[in-house]
Amino acid sequence: MDVLLLSRIQFGFVISFHILFPAFTIGLAHWLAFVEWRWLKTKDSFWRDIYFFWLKIFAVSFGMGVVTGIVMSFQFGTNWAILSDKAGNVLGPLLNYEVLSAFFLEAGFLGVMLFGWKRVSDNVHFFATCMVALGTLISTFWITSANSWMQTPQGHFINAQGVFEVANWWQVIFNPSLPYRLAHMILAAFITTCLVIGGTSAWYLMRGVHQEPAKKMLRHAVVFAAIAVPLQIFVGDLHGLNVREHQPVKLAAIEAHWHESQPGEGTPLVLFALPDEKAERNRAEIAVPRLGGLILAHDWNGTIQPLTAVPPSERPPVAPVFFAFRVMVGLGSLMLLLVIASLWAWKRGTLMQSKWVLSAWRWMSPTGFIALLAGWYVVEIGRQPYVVYGLLRTSEALSPQITRAAVMSSLIVYALAYTVVFGSGMWYLRKLLLVGPVPQPPKHTGDGEKTPARPMSLPDEKLDGAAGDLK
Amino acid sequence: MSEWLPVAWFGVIAFGVMMYVLLDGFVLGLGILAAFARDEAQLDDMMNTAAPIWDGNETWLVLGGAGLMAAFPRAYAIILSNLYLPVLLMLIALVFRGVAFEFRFKAVRSKRHWGFAFAAGSILAAFAQGLMLGAIVQGLPADPQQARTTFAWFSPFAMTTGVALVFGYALLGASWLILKTEGNLRRRAREWIRPLIVAMLAFIGLVSSWLPFLDSRIMARWFEGNRFLWLSPMPIAVLVCAVMLWRAAAMRSHDARPFLLSYALFALGFIGLLIGLWPNIVPPSLSLWEASSPPSSQGFVFVGLVILLPVILGYTAWSYRVFRGKIEGGSGYH
Repeated sequence: MDVLLLSRIQFGFVISFHILFPAFTIGLAHWLAFVEWRWLKTKDSFWRDIYFFWLKIFAVSFGMGVVTGIVMSFQFGTNWAILSDKAGNVLGPLLNYEVLSAFFLEAGFLGVMLFGWKRVSDNVHFFATCMVALGTLISTFWITSANSWMQTPQGHFINAQGVFEVANWWQVIFNPSLPYRLAHMILAAFITTCLVIGGTSAWYLMRGVHQEPAKKMLRHAVVFAAIAVPLQIFVGDLHGLNVREHQPVKLAAIEAHWHESQPGEGTPLVLFALPDEKAERNRAEIAVPRLGGLILAHDWNGTIQPLTAVPPSERPPVAPVFFAFRVMVGLGSLMLLLVIASLWAWKRGTLMQSKWVLSAWRWMSPTGFIALLAGWYVVEIGRQPYVVYGLLRTSEALSPQITRAAVMSSLIVYALAYTVVFGSGMWYLRKLLLVGPVPQPPKHTGDGEKTPARPMSLPDEKLDGAAGDLK
Repeated sequence: MSEWLPVAWFGVIAFGVMMYVLLDGFVLGLGILAAFARDEAQLDDMMNTAAPIWDGNETWLVLGGAGLMAAFPRAYAIILSNLYLPVLLMLIALVFRGVAFEFRFKAVRSKRHWGFAFAAGSILAAFAQGLMLGAIVQGLPADPQQARTTFAWFSPFAMTTGVALVFGYALLGASWLILKTEGNLRRRAREWIRPLIVAMLAFIGLVSSWLPFLDSRIMARWFEGNRFLWLSPMPIAVLVCAVMLWRAAAMRSHDARPFLLSYALFALGFIGLLIGLWPNIVPPSLSLWEASSPPSSQGFVFVGLVILLPVILGYTAWSYRVFRGKIEGGSGYH
């Protein structure tokens, strides 16, 4: 493997790992803000127990997101120095605004959110939670803007040295694909969290523990999913139209659409195929005639640009894009089924007892993450061979001085380190989930400012104890 | 605008890096001193002094990175790609140091391992940062296309600055502990201060006397014209600070003084470094004007900085205020 491929694998690995945590914490921060709001409204300690339960999960996930995010912010310079040199004028300011408007906000209020329970009033604590949630959204905005500009660049010009310079920041930030990508990403993050909350609740109901909070959380998850999943499918469709307009080659790869359709034939929807890049055709293809045109162009006779319209050097790897897209859409369809089944069971009054629905929630709980990663692969692999679409090739963006050995060894180091960190993180998250929401001691008042806040990440419960005594 | 904007940005990035060094410096110092914690409970206390604020402190590093990319993209590309392995070392170390805060308090059986990850991660991160500093001072090629070998940064000088920063951060960590703790832990922190002052002064002397042999330009900058007259108070100020710190370590009534003095020592060293670098952002030959992004980029973020930086400093200060005062030993660990 050459330096380019190794660097791409490394970037893909580091970002795939990282994206899971921000995505989860975007949704979780908002869930926490909602739960704390309910608590302030009702003063029912039940909500506070739920708050502190998810707060611990949030703390672990956020910690992993922060540390892997720091790695991300240096990857551009270490492995993609020429990208940084040439596109730094555009990307640098966007990332800088992310740090200024989001990271500091999250970090500044996170301490109060996690450790300041006894040190500030309830309202100030709620404000801190809201600021952390707001920070996650602002962060999503800037990072999605930077990524969208790399997908659909505009508002810049290229100077005599081949360096991107900004002519109009408004056009750079609000580039053509930003609205769709941003809405799609935020909904994906919310749905991912919703599935974890609902799945955890279903799991508690099946095990017969934490019944009351589980019922309440599951109901909230069902209502939220019933709104968000159909909305996500709608937004995804709009995003597809946008890709058709701005990144036709990516769309052709998504559909494994090799050759021009015959006049009046429309575009088939390829359900399954084994794309063969050498032969420029699909093997073992199962396709529905015309449906592709209807979905992708909203027209029975609609056509999309085929892959062979551009030379092979301009095409992304077809198979990974094709399959990743089908994983994402397949899981999205399952989520829609889950919503329908849950609503149906709710109407019949069997939502909390139906073994089928509960196990479906349980098994679906990690699928948000998988769909998110699959979607990310479609977006990122689909824009190859470019890093700035149509303008700067990935192969020309690489740091010239790094060697194969350096990238190989760093990839191994990242893989080992992340395996340890991720493995341990999952272990502690599993333990926290096993413990579940437990009654929190009431807030002591009047014991003075010198009393340190009891860190919420402390074990009130023996986490390494046997799971059996947790009931 | 294109005249003063790069200078303003040089100031901003210097400020960001200094904030990082001063704020995350003492947290890394805690990790370096973790190796000397008497037991797990004492390490709990040490980590608890920083648990609510370490994340915000580390954010200054990201601001430094993103700011460099926005304002001086060429410098960002050159520094990070040439220092590939030290950067990797620092990042991995920071990953383990960071998750140790969360994981250690959740672990029972593996608690010691995360304590070790905290200590080793902090030492490695500090050492790697010192390595990078030494390698930058020594000089990097001015063109990102220019090839350097993977180990070009590897030199006795960079190793020395690496070790120097480990001692320096440990000094910050010890004076932070005096500020934030009581009883036995504070007593031990006082004992750590004096050997660390000796080590830090020895390394400052070693690095300063090594510099002229590395690159005459840095020394020329100090001795140019009558500049030395203007600058001569600096080494004297360093010595005065060191002596005051030495004495403050024994004064039981002044818990904040060692912290402020060790901050002053760091700030003086940092200013000396900036004077040596100026007007280059990547020594020996890439000036900050040559590395600058166009005014369309520098100006765009500068507006945001002017508006947001006071807000950030405001709520950061508020957050420190919320957690002011000493932590109580052993609290919350039942």
